[in-house]
Amino acid sequence: MQRIPAKEVIADDVDSKVFNLYEKREKIYTRHIEGFFQRVRLFTGWPLLLGYFLLPWINLDGRQAVLFDLPARKFHILWMTFWPQDFALLGWLLAIAAFALFFVTTLWGRVWCGYTCPQTVWTAIYMWAEQLAEGERLQRMKLDKQPSILSPKGWNRAGLEKTLRRLFKHGMWLGFAALTGFTFIGYFYGIRDLVMDAWHWQLPLMAMAWCIFFTLATYINAGWMREQVCIYMCPYARFQSAMFDRDTLVISYDAARGEQRGSRRRNSDYKAEGLGDCIDCTMCVQVCPTGIDIRNGLQYQCIGCAACVDACDDIMDKMGYARGLISYTTENKLAGGSWTWKRPKLIGYGAAMLVMATLFVIVLANRQQVSVEVMRDRASLFQQLSDGRIENAYQLRIINRDGMDHEFVVEVADLPGATLVPDRPVAVASGEIADLLLRVQISPENLQQANQNVMFRIVSVDSGRNGQPLRAEIENRFIAPASSVPANRNGSPAP
Amino acid sequence: MSTGFSLFVIVGTLGSLLVYALLLFMNRRVKNPGQTTGHEFDGISEYDNPLPAWWFWGFALSILFALGYLIWFPGLGNFQGIGGWTSYGQLEDQQAEADERYGPVFAQYRNVPVDELAKDPAAMRMGQRMFANNCAQCHGSAGTGSHGFPNLTDEEWLWGNSPEQIHATLSNGRQATMPAWGAMLNAIGIRNVTEYVIQLSGREPVADQAALGKVEFDRLCAVCHGADGKGQQLMGAPDLTNNIWLYGGSREEITETLLNGRNGRMPGFADRLDDNRLHILNAYVRSLSAAQ
Repeated sequence: MQRIPAKEVIADDVDSKVFNLYEKREKIYTRHIEGFFQRVRLFTGWPLLLGYFLLPWINLDGRQAVLFDLPARKFHILWMTFWPQDFALLGWLLAIAAFALFFVTTLWGRVWCGYTCPQTVWTAIYMWAEQLAEGERLQRMKLDKQPSILSPKGWNRAGLEKTLRRLFKHGMWLGFAALTGFTFIGYFYGIRDLVMDAWHWQLPLMAMAWCIFFTLATYINAGWMREQVCIYMCPYARFQSAMFDRDTLVISYDAARGEQRGSRRRNSDYKAEGLGDCIDCTMCVQVCPTGIDIRNGLQYQCIGCAACVDACDDIMDKMGYARGLISYTTENKLAGGSWTWKRPKLIGYGAAMLVMATLFVIVLANRQQVSVEVMRDRASLFQQLSDGRIENAYQLRIINRDGMDHEFVVEVADLPGATLVPDRPVAVASGEIADLLLRVQISPENLQQANQNVMFRIVSVDSGRNGQPLRAEIENRFIAPASSVPANRNGSPAP
Repeated sequence: MSTGFSLFVIVGTLGSLLVYALLLFMNRRVKNPGQTTGHEFDGISEYDNPLPAWWFWGFALSILFALGYLIWFPGLGNFQGIGGWTSYGQLEDQQAEADERYGPVFAQYRNVPVDELAKDPAAMRMGQRMFANNCAQCHGSAGTGSHGFPNLTDEEWLWGNSPEQIHATLSNGRQATMPAWGAMLNAIGIRNVTEYVIQLSGREPVADQAALGKVEFDRLCAVCHGADGKGQQLMGAPDLTNNIWLYGGSREEITETLLNGRNGRMPGFADRLDDNRLHILNAYVRSLSAAQ
């Protein structure tokens, strides 16, 4: 065997520096800012928050309106109930959500991140609590530098304030996290039962464990991790570039207008000095919750919260310059062009979303609330009764997915002259699956063939929600001995 | 397992553990830490570094765990382990737990008479489910039976329908034996008896053959099936005068029955179902024919 000659190749122009791919996290002290877009967030965030916390408390038809009853496999959403058989609808819904997300992202950029994402909403609340407990940006930075209450030298009086402030902050954080976690479990357990059982220490171990898990997850995500979720965990940040185009609304720094950045005296002729509108106050960096400098251009860490927009507009007002140095704009507009919606990507996503949403609504509105299955015994084909009639036995399974109890009449079509045992309507409660042992008996004279198709139909005695009786049908076979069928006997007498 | 195989397993298992331990401890010291071992394969060499501490102690602990496990649980050949664990024992524990939890559900109906129990919808749903699990394989899901398996919904009871008789059937099973008459009767005789049986069930026989058949019937068959052919529940001999046929009522099938006999066997369920459950099934079975 010949050795394959191996040549060692080292590129000449690369210096053999060691690249450390691990970037140690630097704590971000976000400066508080108020402004137009921060107020917009109040209108997007609060309804969602209130919706999340208050929705489980609404009762409908004697049960919780939004309840995901896992043990019973029933998912109640307002007046509708979904069974596992409806799982395809969930798939459709997710597809619609995906297309809607792509559509909105292509159109308006990362508005989901900045205004409605739970990570942003919860982090904003946690930042507010932190500000309440520990003060503004500079105060927080000072507090972090203070020594702890227990130093190597012993008890440290000055650290007491720091400890108390921290306790206050973490107390608020944990409290809100507990509210969040318990509410989440309330969607599955029943929020009223959950509160009652927790109050009386009657909560089962699994429920308690999940509540604690979600409490901790909320606390860690919103309190400790914050922007790390957006930067490292969330895939949305990474695939945004696939959906953005030159007409997508992004937060941009107008470099043409702002450069050269630099400080200047008030009311001086800065343009003559070669300076742009940017005074390099770094306010846009201080208010950024992900800690980036938007002046470097579009970055994946930018969640589109527009804090820098509000901050810069504030500064522009103070300087007497026009607003909009950092603003919601598009690449085309920055280059001097204009915005257009006639983009294949946008139209495509929008059309897909509309089509799927329409189909979804149609399918949802036409859901059948009752279904029937039929099973024959494997071994026995037929039974001959003492009076000569032929009998087939079936097991009918009637599933009542409606919110109301119903009585169903069972019929057999395509088999004239047949009688049914039992012949009375069968009552099936709401949500029940009834097993009905049905026997179909027929005199041989009425038989057309030895093995024929029959249709089992169930019709509800009363009507359903839309005024029509509920109906369902299923096909099966009726089997008789070939010698009993008149057509086969050719005149010879029955055996 | 045989002693020899048991020894083989013990020696193999303990021997392997010993070898692992030896390998582990023998390789603790390294000759030249930080330098290569000296071998080179296609230009690739290997550092001679010691095993990481966490790896080493993890392995050592797992060997100790294995020893402990083999002492407590069965694993070394025929040695049963000092913990006394068996999978049968685990099954018994689980069955006892189930009996404790579900026993009362069945026990509550014990003292209700069967006729009254047949009208209780909850009990009858339990009966239907037990029937589906234990009886439907032979008797059909609706109890209508098939060739060779009695139809429980008709009005004929081969072994009787009193609560005590049904209980005996369910508990102990039944063995129905009809002898093969092919040796005692020749083809003509079989044919004649067949015609008589046809006549008994109310159908049109070949008259003279049936008359000859009656003679043989009175001689041979009446002792089990009764002089009038109405059957005998003590023997499980069917009533021949109705038109209900366990093995088919055509001439061919009656001939086959006479020629080769029949051997119907129903298993007993006393070892699987306790008296409480059998009581509910008793009522359910009776309700099947009352449902007509």
